Amino acid sequence: MVEILSSVMDGLLIGLVYGLAAIGLTLIFGVMDVVNLAHGAIIALGMFFLYLFFGAGLHPYLALLPVAVLGFIFGVIVYQIAVRKIISGPPLMSLLATFAVSMIIIGVGTALWSTSPYNINFKVTTYNFFGYTVTSARLVSAVAAVLVTFGLYYFLYRTVLGKAVRAVANNREAAELMGIPSQQILAITFGIGTMLAMLSGALIATLFPFTILSGGVYELKSFVASVLGGLGNPTGALFGGIILGLIEGSVAPFIQVSWTNVIEFVIFVGILLFFPTGLFGGRK
Amino acid sequence: MKALKSPFFWLILALTALFAFYPRLGNNITLRETLVLSAVYIILASNLNLMIGYTGYVNFGSIVFFGLGGYFTLWLVGAHGWNVYAAVLFAGFITSLLAMALGFGILRLRGAYFALATIGVNEAVKDFVSNFDTWGGSEGIFLPFTTYKAMGGAGKALWTVYLLIILVMGISLLLSWYVKRSKFGLGLFAIREDEDAAIVLGVKAPKYKALIYSLSAFLPAVAGGLYFFKNGSVVPEEAFNLHLSIESIVMVMLGGQGTVSGPAVGAFLYERLRGLLLTTPSLSNFHLVIAGVLLLLIILFAPGGLMGWLYKKWPRIREVLE
Repeated sequence: MVEILSSVMDGLLIGLVYGLAAIGLTLIFGVMDVVNLAHGAIIALGMFFLYLFFGAGLHPYLALLPVAVLGFIFGVIVYQIAVRKIISGPPLMSLLATFAVSMIIIGVGTALWSTSPYNINFKVTTYNFFGYTVTSARLVSAVAAVLVTFGLYYFLYRTVLGKAVRAVANNREAAELMGIPSQQILAITFGIGTMLAMLSGALIATLFPFTILSGGVYELKSFVASVLGGLGNPTGALFGGIILGLIEGSVAPFIQVSWTNVIEFVIFVGILLFFPTGLFGGRK
Repeated sequence: MKALKSPFFWLILALTALFAFYPRLGNNITLRETLVLSAVYIILASNLNLMIGYTGYVNFGSIVFFGLGGYFTLWLVGAHGWNVYAAVLFAGFITSLLAMALGFGILRLRGAYFALATIGVNEAVKDFVSNFDTWGGSEGIFLPFTTYKAMGGAGKALWTVYLLIILVMGISLLLSWYVKRSKFGLGLFAIREDEDAAIVLGVKAPKYKALIYSLSAFLPAVAGGLYFFKNGSVVPEEAFNLHLSIESIVMVMLGGQGTVSGPAVGAFLYERLRGLLLTTPSLSNFHLVIAGVLLLLIILFAPGGLMGWLYKKWPRIREVLE
């Protein structure tokens, strides 16, 4: 019984990090109707940025800050070069443009770091609660994911800039008529989405070994989580991530790990078919 | 026969014949292996174009048909002793049927939702097959060397399979051309331009979409069967390679979506370019980067692809190259 419970707890903790990654994806979709296919590559880039700062002597948790700043800048640049021009075109165009960005990131990453695994080796303490053992890295990553989510909410609902983002998401033309510079808001949103993806990548890097191709798995998990929560709905995405983590945690003791993916994707397609706006309703 | 009067019809036949006989001349096996890859790409791109270019539905997971075709074929040949002709045809039909059933479900989704669902289907099938012991799980299916004996030895069998793949390529091009000129094709174009308006005008959109989805599954499945039969093995990672699926979209875009010749030209050029990048030592590390930059440039500056550019420059070329 303890085994099952601790597996579920592990699932919950990692689910929060999946949720953070999914928020990055869903925010961009909700505001500008772009499914960011560079999401996975950006997550992997976050892992490697953390690795670089860690290599420079920074504590991994301290290094999250420069990773976030770099993530934001990187996102704004990607938006200006690849997304800006085709933002009003058919969905195929933005899908392909972001996929092209993904190819470029993975290509450069492979040339720089090859595809062999890396890891962040730092001191981790282990806690024991009534037979459930958990590492500090897992706890910190889950707490960090929650804090960043709260930060995003504060930004979206309590700041003028955040309100402008929501206005643009609601109706770009109307927002423009109210004097909101929508192009700048879109660039900032893309920057924030990218920042969240990189942060989640950096947090995952403190838990598991990673390669430049690792992002693909988390990209697919982000799709599943954000569709579960309703594409475009950040809270939904966080809960989607938690549900995903709980599913992984609760089936892990009973079946082979490789089957969990099958379950996740069947749920994914099922949700798309029967609840296209997700379990918690679509964008807000 | 109106078709016989069209120069484009004869162009397709000539091209197919050239592909079939050119490597045969000097028994040139290196050339054959290059062309077989081009032909497979042309098949994938042409059939994908039926969905993306004609109907306006972005199928991101089209490779699932290719992979399923490969698996059904190798399973029937390997475990049940079928001959390869019957096996690939059966694989094509069963994959088409599965696509039809699936199509009625997921084709209700539009835009990005449909694209995501097709990715989900491909990944679900890949993960399922990786765990499916009857099909060898993650190890896949291997054909024993003796399988090729029935076809007069491996050397001869490879040539036969090559010719069959070229035949499928020819049929793919003719299919694209035929659909484009048919009333069915007109219905698809109407769906692409504005689905709701098309329905109001009496186009049976759900039926049309399911039909074209199922039709676009048949030849890739047959090609997958032949291709993996030729390789002698099939593993999940290779059969359901999402990357190849997206590369097929790049080919369609490169040549020009919605045209018949565009995807074929795009596929051929993409294969050449990929080969060139992979074999040039100074570039091989950057082949993904170069391909990515190229894709981005097409999307940003030439969304009509190569054919779109040609049509704009010489409008009369439309009459010959559809």
